[in-house]
Amino acid sequence: MTYELRINPIACTGHGLCAELLPEIIELDPWGYPILLSATVPGSLVPHAKRAAATCPTLALLLDRTGPRPR
Amino acid sequence: MSYYTVTGLREHERQHGPLPVWGNGGRQRPDRLIDLVERSGLTGRGGAGFPTGRKMRSVAAGAGKAVVVANGAEGEPASCKDRLLLTRLPHLVLDGITLAASAVRASAAYLCVHGGETDLLASLEYAVAEREAAGVDPVPIQLAGIPGRYVSSEQSAIVHYLNGGPGKPTFSPPRTHERGVGGRPTLVNNVETLAHLALIARHGDRWFRGLGPPAAPGSTLVTVSGAVGRPGVYEIALGTPVGQVLMMAGGPVERLQALLVGGYFGAWLPAEVAWHVPMCHSGLKAAGGAMGAGVVIALPDSSCALAETARVVRYLADETAGQCGPCVFGLPALADAVTDLAYAGGRGRAIDQITSLVSVIEGRGACRHPDGVTQLVRSALWAFEADARWHDHRGPCAGVRRAPLLPVPGDEDPL
Repeated sequence: MTYELRINPIACTGHGLCAELLPEIIELDPWGYPILLSATVPGSLVPHAKRAAATCPTLALLLDRTGPRPR
Repeated sequence: MSYYTVTGLREHERQHGPLPVWGNGGRQRPDRLIDLVERSGLTGRGGAGFPTGRKMRSVAAGAGKAVVVANGAEGEPASCKDRLLLTRLPHLVLDGITLAASAVRASAAYLCVHGGETDLLASLEYAVAEREAAGVDPVPIQLAGIPGRYVSSEQSAIVHYLNGGPGKPTFSPPRTHERGVGGRPTLVNNVETLAHLALIARHGDRWFRGLGPPAAPGSTLVTVSGAVGRPGVYEIALGTPVGQVLMMAGGPVERLQALLVGGYFGAWLPAEVAWHVPMCHSGLKAAGGAMGAGVVIALPDSSCALAETARVVRYLADETAGQCGPCVFGLPALADAVTDLAYAGGRGRAIDQITSLVSVIEGRGACRHPDGVTQLVRSALWAFEADARWHDHRGPCAGVRRAPLLPVPGDEDPL
């Protein structure tokens, strides 16, 4: 099972909480909007990624379970 | 396609023959038309160049009754080809809409143009009325005037508007071909693509492949402007070398330094590089450019390419839909930086600043608007590298005093 992060750039208003909660993967641009350093979330950071997604005031941070596709 | 007045329905049918019928009691099954389009190799003429047949097939396979949207809201200020088609040959486009609707078994069809173009809307209303009276279209074609902003011609923005929204791009997925207008599978095609469809349905895929290389078949409309003898819209075989396209438009009237190919989301190419490049998606991409909607602008030696770029970047920054932070804040900052480089010099720091802004902005918008702008800026720094360094270290060149060449709405039209 793998997890991937996406940002809905229309919903995002640059609160910046995600970068506080997940600095390993998210940094902020000069205007305070998040930049994903990698879409894939390493296993050890999944709980933090879940918390960051749940904390976003505009629900703009999306965590998708991608995982190995059933064949 | 050299017509000088609007072609009415009767004249249109005299020239091209009646509209062939697929499905609805017609002679062939609708999916045969999709087969035909796939065999023809037709690709979208709006800029993306996606295979039309494949798009139709995925819409036809979608759940529920499909919708067809013809995009005639030419957002590109330097392009005139869609307006020309709709003004002079409306029935070819309207035929294409009806054919596309039968191919994907659509129950609704729209033709979208900019709402501000009241003359065009009136002449299209007349053309649609002619067809209603003659009973040509089984699915009625509805005209829609969409708000006249650059990004409004983006396909998710058009769908958003038809769904009662403000006509701004949306965050995908779902993609338009899965859930578009009214949540139904929606085929969005450029109007020129649909005009080609109307000809392919009449003359067949082999006829269409008679022009252009096997990998990029058919003809396409291009808009040539700038320092050429006869600026205008020309029909060329795909793959025609860019230099030959310029010669069709009367050739250069001054020594050229560069060409902007593909429009404002395209790329600058040095004139000597561009001259032999085939005008098609793969050819231009290999040369570091883009086909876009077929715009070619010839920039003379006496112009300042950076000043021209700065004006266009400012215009595009102003055209943001105002939804995504990197676009809303990044593009004005980029416009400031490019303007400084062009008009004030940069004390040796401007190029680095522009490069870092470009990489911060790229890939972070909901639509392609910000990425189109960064591609233009990147290509300017590449094609005019020596120029940019001169500006950065020594200040503006003499060319900044020349009257601007690239058309930007709101300015005087230099075409």
